[in-house]
Amino acid sequence: MPPAIVNFIAGQVGVQQLVVSGTSTTAQTPPSHPRAAFLVLLIIISFTISAIAQEPADTAAFDLPDERPAPPTSVVVTDFKYDAGNRVDITWVPSIDDQPELTLVDGYTVYRSANGGDYKLLDSLLPGISMYEDEEVTPDSVYTYYVATMSGKDTVQSVVTQEIRPEWELVNFDLAWLFVIAVIISGSIVWFIWRARAGADLFVRKIAGLDAVDEAIGRATEMGRPILFIPGILDMDDVQTIAGLTILGRVAKQIADYDTRIRMPVSRSLVMTAARETIKASYQVAGRPDAYSDDMVSYVTDEQFGYVAAVDGIMVREKPATIFLLGAFFAESLILAETGNSIGAIQIAGTARPAQLPFFIAACDFTLIGEELFAASAYLSGEPKQLGSLKGQDVGKGIAMLAIILGMVAVTMATAFEIDFFQMIADGLNQVFSTKAE
Amino acid sequence: MRRQVPLFITFFVGTLLIVSVFIPPMENLGEDFTLFFDIIAVFAFFLGGGNLLRVHLTKLYRKSPDWGFSVVTVVGFFLMLAAGLFKIGNPGDISASVTAEGSMFQTMFNNVVLPLQSTMYALLAFFIASASYRAFRAKNREATILLVAAFIILLGRTPFGMMLTAWIPDSWSVLQVPNLAIWIMNSPNLAGQRAILIGIGLGVVSMSLRIILGIERTYLGDDR
Amino acid sequence: MIPFEPIRLFAFGGFNVPIVISLLIIGGGMLWLLIRSLKAKEVDRRIVFVFIFAAVSAPLLFEITFDETATPIVKGVFEKIENMPERSRIVIAFDFDPAMAPEVQPMANAVIRHALAKNHRLIFISLWATGQALMDKTISEIIPAEFPQKQDGIDYVSLGYKAGNEGVLNVIVSNVKKMFPTDVNGVPLTDIAIFNGVRSMKDVDMVMAVGGGKPGPKEWVLFVGDAPGGPPVAVGVAAVVAPQMYPYYPKQVLGILGGIKGAAEYESELLHNYPRFAEQDTPGLRMMGPQTLAHVVIMAFIIFGNLAFFIGGRHKEKRL
Repeated sequence: MPPAIVNFIAGQVGVQQLVVSGTSTTAQTPPSHPRAAFLVLLIIISFTISAIAQEPADTAAFDLPDERPAPPTSVVVTDFKYDAGNRVDITWVPSIDDQPELTLVDGYTVYRSANGGDYKLLDSLLPGISMYEDEEVTPDSVYTYYVATMSGKDTVQSVVTQEIRPEWELVNFDLAWLFVIAVIISGSIVWFIWRARAGADLFVRKIAGLDAVDEAIGRATEMGRPILFIPGILDMDDVQTIAGLTILGRVAKQIADYDTRIRMPVSRSLVMTAARETIKASYQVAGRPDAYSDDMVSYVTDEQFGYVAAVDGIMVREKPATIFLLGAFFAESLILAETGNSIGAIQIAGTARPAQLPFFIAACDFTLIGEELFAASAYLSGEPKQLGSLKGQDVGKGIAMLAIILGMVAVTMATAFEIDFFQMIADGLNQVFSTKAE
Repeated sequence: MRRQVPLFITFFVGTLLIVSVFIPPMENLGEDFTLFFDIIAVFAFFLGGGNLLRVHLTKLYRKSPDWGFSVVTVVGFFLMLAAGLFKIGNPGDISASVTAEGSMFQTMFNNVVLPLQSTMYALLAFFIASASYRAFRAKNREATILLVAAFIILLGRTPFGMMLTAWIPDSWSVLQVPNLAIWIMNSPNLAGQRAILIGIGLGVVSMSLRIILGIERTYLGDDR
Repeated sequence: MIPFEPIRLFAFGGFNVPIVISLLIIGGGMLWLLIRSLKAKEVDRRIVFVFIFAAVSAPLLFEITFDETATPIVKGVFEKIENMPERSRIVIAFDFDPAMAPEVQPMANAVIRHALAKNHRLIFISLWATGQALMDKTISEIIPAEFPQKQDGIDYVSLGYKAGNEGVLNVIVSNVKKMFPTDVNGVPLTDIAIFNGVRSMKDVDMVMAVGGGKPGPKEWVLFVGDAPGGPPVAVGVAAVVAPQMYPYYPKQVLGILGGIKGAAEYESELLHNYPRFAEQDTPGLRMMGPQTLAHVVIMAFIIFGNLAFFIGGRHKEKRL
């Protein structure tokens, strides 16, 4: 309570700079004791009066002879908006002695007291800094802070801030634009799914790689060789792996129909269990549950290049007729695809990692580029409601194209001709499409 | 029932995690779920390791072709497991880090695993050459553009690129091969990559919605 | 390890049997493949592998290096150091760790040698805790051996590492002493001759920021070079970071040394102008050897492939 009064009075009087010079002590803890606070109050009042009396105040007159720096002033603590009540921001005006040409100030230290307890050091900061984010607070406590100027071993502390209890908010309105965009894109996807269900005719362009799946499986059947399915090297928490498995579901059903062999070495245990379930169910749907065996899927190793060595070995020894490389791939993409190519297999690859796409395009017969990997299962199913979801993506692409063209024109006009109107558009677009809440 | 429960869990958790982005008190939910996943994945490793052993011990038992490789796999598996589990040769006591310098685990990692990894990675140099030989052919218009771009970038990475075009005045320096290579990488290439990334982002949204809404259930093995 | 004399083709001549033999084999083999391709025969992938193996291993075994020609973006840095008046002050920032060192250390070495040969003065700074050890090592390896007359405090000084990331830059751009009251050996800056008349980074003549992470060259450009009255900044960065630096060239950075190629170009420029460094190790040029030869071999194979493709008439066939 008393520190709050100190701060309040200091703020009201409006000569904080001078006031604070007077309160500087070398003590590590500010006056939390009522009597000490009273003393400080007295000193403040006396200084305030003398400051007013000496108008115009000459700050130099208050420089202490032993060259002690002035403390930071206007120390204010504010609650961080749109959080779970776990952050407050402390800002201050740097000490007047914190000038580039002076070496008096070595930096600042920030202290905090929770629920009226002792002040504890939070952090030491460089000179010139005037803000600190305290992210170790809870809404259950009340906090006060002060900041001190460091000069050698000496510290000169500011007044104590007002009490603050961090507040939490239910909705982060900084993300309002993200929400709007998400609603538009998701909404249009759902709307197209609904329309497709109602029987509307939707055009989806041909994807050559997926049209070739039938042919590729048929080829393996004719040649009496196995099909190799590689779902990438990431775990089930990556959406590319899931996309790979959805395609596996479609492929496995056909394999069961044709009675072809499938070989699936994986690099993650969870992918192994999930893939087994997928294949087993596909065999059931195909009416051949007896033909399924757990040995179709085997775990090799989580180690990236160890896995590559094992898969390359399987390719060379078993010479599969068809290879599917569908999922997340890294440096191993070309090593796998080139080995597959050397044994003459038909290869259908797909990944959403742009850096690996060129390798697949160079070494495979068909490549699903980025979004085609995610569209594959829907495309292969041929179900209207699945295809509808692909149509919904086009709305998102339309928004992206429009924003890119608008942004390009606006920034060009704003920088080339310095037209405020275009600057306004550019700033507006920036605001809409930046997800970082400031 | 076997389908409904996973579908409900998917719907509930998926929706919750999307909503949590906009609700500050739930902002750490995504992180927490990632942790849960990691914990589950650790337990699943017993399944994977068990499967690996079963496959290779069966091969050994049946004396299948190439059973020699299985011996290497099984011995390597147990050797590394024992070295890590019992901290063989660890300096200090059992509380020392498993990767402490001088431990058997770390020695094997440095002298066996790392060189093997580098060897596999080095294969890339060979495969890039054979893939370029096959792929960069002027089969059609697109392939010709690809071929020319690839050639400029390759040339720009060697001293010959600068030698060949050093005569171009500095005011036209963008036409010098190394600078042209930089331009190709930074402008057309980057633009294309970004377009692909935007498509991927939308593809992920669409696929996630299909999964959350239960329209896409192939991964559960349901195919009707 | 058999010590081979470094031999540089083209620029510095030389005759060495292993090099001649290996180049004859590669060149002869290429000719044979060219004739085969003209007869529209495809090359087996294993032959491609043999040539790549030869192209990568020959430069490593026999230290074949190729003479690099500096691109304007590298020349900008070289010429600045070359044309500054003697005794200019150059800040060398070591913002990297041992993992990044193989790629960027050669740049730092080349610039240090160049600057000291031009009789400039050097100020070493690191914003990375791991950078200080590399900095100490570099200083102790290069200066006493190659420039024995150079004195600590007069010709060069190391300020060491300071925690605080770009905050440090923000302060030293207006006051060096506030962040670095002493040099790395504890000598007050006021007693160091180099700092006579230097209060801030605005008083030095140039900054060469070597690194690739954050904080690093980009922060030096934004916080020091772009400050009003800030010194000219040149950067040396890892190849993967180089594209992020191009937008700052030429207005905000003098030049960019990107990856091993940038280092090799600088080394080559240095060797052309200062034959005294001919005996020094040039890791940039050395590491460019396998890369250059492999690129040449791949380019040759692309040409062969297209020759065989067109002469064989396969371009008329319908493909999948």
